Amino acid sequence: MDFTLNDEQLMFAETARGLFADSCTPDHWRKMMEAGVARDDARWASIVETGLTLVLLPESAGGIGLSETDFALIAREAGYVALPEPLVESAGVAAPMLAALAPDHALLADTMATIAIAHPLNPFVAHADSAAAILLEKDGEAYLATPDQVTLTAQPSIDPFRRLFSVTWDAANATALGKADWDLALDRAALFNAAMGLGLAQRSVDLAVEYAKERQQFGKPIGSYQAVKHHLATAQVAIEFAKPVVAAAAAEISARDVQARARISHAKLVALEAADTAARASIQVHGAMGYSWEVDVHLFLKRALALSQSWGTPAFHRARIATRIFTQPMGPDQTFARETENA
Amino acid sequence: MDLTYTPEQQAFRAEVRAWLEAHGPSEPLEHYDATREGFEAHRTWEKTLKSGDWGMVTWPKEYGGRGLDLIQWLIFEEEYARAGAPGRVSQNGIFLLGPTLIEFGTHEQKQRFLPKMASGEEIWAQAWSEPQAGSDLAGVRATCVQDGDDYILSGHKIWSSRAVFADWAFGLFRTPGTERHKGLSLIFFPLNAPGVTVNAIKKINGHVGFAEIFLENVRVPAFNRLGDEGQGWHICMATAGFERGLMLRSPARYQVAARKLAQLWEANKETADPALEADVVRAHMNADAYALNIYQTASRLMAGAKIGPEASTNKIFWSELDIHLTQTALAILGPTAELTQEASAAGPVDWIDDYIFALAGPIYAGSNEIQRNIIAERMLGLPR
Ligand SMILES: Cc1cc2nc3c(=O)[nH]c(=O)nc-3n(C[C@H](O)[C@H](O)[C@H](O)COP(=O)(O)OP(=O)(O)OC[C@H]3O[C@@H](n4cnc5c(N)ncnc54)[C@H](O)[C@@H]3O)c2cc1C
Repeated sequence: MDFTLNDEQLMFAETARGLFADSCTPDHWRKMMEAGVARDDARWASIVETGLTLVLLPESAGGIGLSETDFALIAREAGYVALPEPLVESAGVAAPMLAALAPDHALLADTMATIAIAHPLNPFVAHADSAAAILLEKDGEAYLATPDQVTLTAQPSIDPFRRLFSVTWDAANATALGKADWDLALDRAALFNAAMGLGLAQRSVDLAVEYAKERQQFGKPIGSYQAVKHHLATAQVAIEFAKPVVAAAAAEISARDVQARARISHAKLVALEAADTAARASIQVHGAMGYSWEVDVHLFLKRALALSQSWGTPAFHRARIATRIFTQPMGPDQTFARETENA
Repeated sequence: MDLTYTPEQQAFRAEVRAWLEAHGPSEPLEHYDATREGFEAHRTWEKTLKSGDWGMVTWPKEYGGRGLDLIQWLIFEEEYARAGAPGRVSQNGIFLLGPTLIEFGTHEQKQRFLPKMASGEEIWAQAWSEPQAGSDLAGVRATCVQDGDDYILSGHKIWSSRAVFADWAFGLFRTPGTERHKGLSLIFFPLNAPGVTVNAIKKINGHVGFAEIFLENVRVPAFNRLGDEGQGWHICMATAGFERGLMLRSPARYQVAARKLAQLWEANKETADPALEADVVRAHMNADAYALNIYQTASRLMAGAKIGPEASTNKIFWSELDIHLTQTALAILGPTAELTQEASAAGPVDWIDDYIFALAGPIYAGSNEIQRNIIAERMLGLPR
């Protein structure tokens, strides 16, 4: 039993943090919003160059073959900067799925390419327009198509960097890849969205803390007032108790049992609730500034809202936890128990 | 990262389980706060525990422990809660003062106090709060005056849990003429020493669970001072870290409660408000998150880290989850929720008493308002 990260894992997260801190600043977002784009090729190139897109890809498909724990740390950093590009869905979900179906597929070697995924649980596909290809589902089988082989209808999201589309397509115009593990895709996406939620939440708190130290009212920084402090402390408590759930969910995902699924669902629920609590607290602490387009907090609010409802609604995830509770033993000796051991 | 138990840890769990099955009381004991008999029954249980060498497993062997690590402690706590074994009447000693003594005490002090603490021979109360010094603990007025090799203690302490029946107290005293955080010392005194008067105070559940303590020129040897004179505040904050962050409320009790809540739900879901299932799920999630957090903290401490201000986040989380959990149970019980245990047909769990107990959580061990101040100022860096 050891619930700590090793140095290599911390180092990867550190690398991602540094890269995003330099390349994904509020200035960058603003320029992209003005230009109406959701992908910055230069930033994506640096992400690729650092190896972040290869972390979860197996070595047989040209990747580094690390674990979900490693990728979750990167996803958290992506959340901290509200990264516009679909690093999580492409490199964390779609590419590993493609690699499992077709490890030699040319797309996997095309470093600049992103892959979108149309999961049956989601009504829309994110970033389908800028993707080199889209993974599609029919009767449990996976198909691959390029955006121009399908019909995309834009479904504008409140999040300026989430480009959503409904997709209509015909299997005759797509490449069949065979039966795919859509449940694993869901688990990974839910887990990495949870990890992003931690990053979103912490950034919202950090922005508010910075502001509350500077902004003066009644002759004092507003951060010295308890009502302000307590909003942010409450958000931080939510973050602190989502963190270990995300870490455990990442470490256990490969067990693929009732407990592992419940923990992923738990992680997704609480991390995105923390992101929502933190973003709303942050807006409140910023006053009218927080309500202005100028100040960045709204990006974190909107991303949290979007991620909370995609890849399984809260009700969907709560039901998976209920299944764990009502079909598996509960109690203090069951924290790390497995379905198979109890069978 | 490895979230599996080693074969040694599994064997340890089996050993604890077998021992508790063989030795645990067959009938629940009367509550230790209710009567002297209840208190003494718990003391006897502590002695039984010690006979199996389970008094406090993390302490070094020479001081009455087993020299085990924090993961083993968690396993012990899990099995203890799972077995439904009695509440620890010596909790203020073993969970708060004990770890503090191990960090700050001399070898002689550890030898003198720890083994008897682990065996229940001496049961400890915490005497910090005063009528004028609650949240603002640095406002302590009780005094300690050195007289040769002794201290003379005087003052008025209050809200001291279990002091009505306990043997010893660890108190916070001020050297006359000092102010606020400076000049405080942590000093032990026997609750039956000449000059000590202990008056019971009833809690809202009717138990004589706390006491006020009057000290009038109580003489104790300077040996009873932990750390240096004037170091009391620093030492108390370390104790508070153990209290809030790790030991006082081990996750296992909430996991047991969450399981019982799920059973209560299953037995009543035909008639109860269907919306409550979400709360039953939430109670499990909270207990589980708390357990994971504590496993992570234990791993970090074993890797050499120290408990910091994040202990305050724990205290808020466990106290709030306890209220939510017990409130959910009462909501499921509906119109029978108000019945006391004697009248209730709800089964073996005394939900109403658990709920009343839970309500104290946001007050003691530093109120949750104070914890939020600590988080804001020391974790987030907001100005005072
Ligand atoms: C069940 C129980 C067991 C206890 N056991 C012990 C024990 O064994 N030994 C012991 O020494 N003490 C014990 N206490 C006392 C406990 O530590 C105090 O109650 C606690 O520190 C609060 O102090 P107070 O009661 O004087 O409340 P006050 O300090 O008067 O606070 C009253 C209210 O004001 C709020 N408040 C006060 N200051 C601030 C501030 N700066 N900012 C925001 N809000 C503030 C508090 O949060 C609280 O809500 C126990 C208390 C309870 C309820």
